[in-house]
Amino acid sequence: MYKILEKRDLNSAVTLMVLHAPLIAAKVKAGQFVIVKIDEVGERIPLTVADFSKEDGTVTIIFQAVGFTTRRMRELKAGDYLSDVAGPLGMPTEFGAPKKAVVIGGGVGCAIAFPQAKTLHKMGVSVDVIAGFRSRDIVILEEEMRGVCDNLYITTDDGSYGEKGFVTDVLKRLLDEGNCDLVIAIGPIPMMKFVSLLTKEYGVKTIVSLNPIMIDGTGMCGGCRVRVGDEVKFACVDGPDFDGHLVDFDALMRRNSFYKSEEQHACRLGGALNG
Amino acid sequence: MANMSMIKVPMPEQDPCVRNKNFLEVATGYTEDMAVEEAKRCLNCKTRPCMSGCPVNVKIPEFIGLIAERDFEGAYKKIKETNALPAVCGRVCPQESQCEGKCVRGVKGESVAIGRLERFAADWHRTHFEDEIPPIIKNGKKVAVIGAGPSGLTCAGDLAKLGYEVTVFEAFHSAGGVLVYGIPEFRLPKAIVKHEIEGLKKLGVDIKTNMVIGKILSVDDIMDIGYEAVYIASGAGLPMFMGIEGEDLVGVYSANEFLTRINLMKAYLDEYDTPIKRSKSIAIVGGGNVAMDAARCAKRLGAEHVYIIYRRSMDEMPARGEEVHHAFEEGIEFKILTNPTKIIGDENGLVSALECVKMELGEPDASGRRRPNPVEGSEFTLEVDSVIMALGTSPNPLIRTTTKGIEANKRGCLVVDDNLQTTKDGVYAGGDAVTGAATVILAMGAGKKAAESIHEYLSK
Repeated sequence: MYKILEKRDLNSAVTLMVLHAPLIAAKVKAGQFVIVKIDEVGERIPLTVADFSKEDGTVTIIFQAVGFTTRRMRELKAGDYLSDVAGPLGMPTEFGAPKKAVVIGGGVGCAIAFPQAKTLHKMGVSVDVIAGFRSRDIVILEEEMRGVCDNLYITTDDGSYGEKGFVTDVLKRLLDEGNCDLVIAIGPIPMMKFVSLLTKEYGVKTIVSLNPIMIDGTGMCGGCRVRVGDEVKFACVDGPDFDGHLVDFDALMRRNSFYKSEEQHACRLGGALNG
Repeated sequence: MANMSMIKVPMPEQDPCVRNKNFLEVATGYTEDMAVEEAKRCLNCKTRPCMSGCPVNVKIPEFIGLIAERDFEGAYKKIKETNALPAVCGRVCPQESQCEGKCVRGVKGESVAIGRLERFAADWHRTHFEDEIPPIIKNGKKVAVIGAGPSGLTCAGDLAKLGYEVTVFEAFHSAGGVLVYGIPEFRLPKAIVKHEIEGLKKLGVDIKTNMVIGKILSVDDIMDIGYEAVYIASGAGLPMFMGIEGEDLVGVYSANEFLTRINLMKAYLDEYDTPIKRSKSIAIVGGGNVAMDAARCAKRLGAEHVYIIYRRSMDEMPARGEEVHHAFEEGIEFKILTNPTKIIGDENGLVSALECVKMELGEPDASGRRRPNPVEGSEFTLEVDSVIMALGTSPNPLIRTTTKGIEANKRGCLVVDDNLQTTKDGVYAGGDAVTGAATVILAMGAGKKAAESIHEYLSK
């Protein structure tokens, strides 16, 4: 059993939970994920680790209540328990040695973009963060992100906060300014797709973090297979990070919509990460 | 007076048309009288050929003799002397190629129903007695077992009885391995697996779930925290795909995914949250027990057409005869000498058909079976909405890639010596992680052997 030490709603749909999981906290690195299960009848869902503290033995997850399981999870309170948390799974992000990075979060994807920016910032890399949301009322982690970058750009689709427009509008400007040598994009699949298309034109290395359907998270089910260039990769063991210029986003989008009709398990339609 | 009937006492079974709509056990088990009658068919041969076919050396004529004398508890105890999981083995062992395959009665007529009798004794015990906990003298030494499948559990039980403090690390949220994620409820009720695992816990075995070794701890980490030996029984969990066009379409699964959703996550029960698609028409590619399990699950989930697509003929089919027979009875449609060439999708990327080619058998290949060759121009399509790939599995590289010194062969199987020690001192391995996908009983045999080797290693 894994105790929920803290639970905080970040907006009307996105929730942060701090879990007591010392063994995982001791090993986890930025980019890795855990699989959580609420109770005996629960399903296993993957959630990328948003933050962790080795000292406190805690792992933080942030999820959007869009599917059956994530809605059930949102009902839990601090002091409650999750029956299962397995991890750390997947490969840590390979940042390389960039000079200037642009980290892009889309909606709840900011939950994962934040630790990436934080890690790069700690490495001494110059970091710009672009955070895109539909509207002002769902903006999350603004202060946290501002604290780990040189410049924070917020965009909203409806212009109710920050710049009106999409993250790609700001990204194009930054790319035109030059000297950016790494882009990390985490958010809805269409966002990652269009970011990758844009950066490809500029020839800038782009890492995306995928969240496909999976069960075990250890390479066993093959549900998370994704086409990357000429190869079929399993996101759970080979990823979840991949070269955005090589990922077949259209096939991924189709596969992630497979269970849409079954009880609206939208939590795994990319929704858990991607708003 | 021996029962000289040429055939086994028939096993009571659910009617095929009823059982293909439920997940209850297909074979309902012998009554006491049936068991006694069947037990009397055993000739109690002095040479005991049956025992030579058993990977864990169950004292077969002895336990059958006790059943014939109506000492059912005595029979159970006799089996249990060498077999940690009799209720499981009685159900899922391929007896026809092991103990029963060597039975003298099988020369003329049917062999003694050793598997059914083993199951009977185990079930009888479970419904009449609590497990006794043998007196254990702790020796203060700690051993770690990686994987709570049949091999790991067997090894853990044997070591616990020898006095070791045993911890089993399991990656999933519950113990049992292939017995819980792979083999369906209608062949092996999960309550039985649970009972066996509870028995191990009573022996003092500590099972830690959600422990993906290679990630949360490496084998070196485990040894650093005080375990003096490690047994790797992590199975063969990686699914294979064919590499044909259309495998990334929506509606194509590995058998692992399909069966795990159903068996481990219980997606077929409304009260469980994990979703499963209910296919109308589904093709399962492969001819092993896993393919039969997937096909029979699909039927029970309501599919109108369930096809087994197998590239060789019925004679080469690796699945047990009993499983093939049950699948036939339940309305599974066999497309033999047929191989998929392409999966066809609709405009939304959903599976709509499977293109296949007919095959013919040529000269024997490396496996000794006649090599199937495509018949030119024989392509045809089957209308299906789902395709399940049941082509076999290989060992997961997670453990060996995170600990130096554990070598594997080209197929990813761990290399071990005669005592099942890997290329790393104090680290042993067995079961599917070493052999590649095989049977429950062979994995159990390896678990037993590893326990002996580890005991010897730590007694030096």
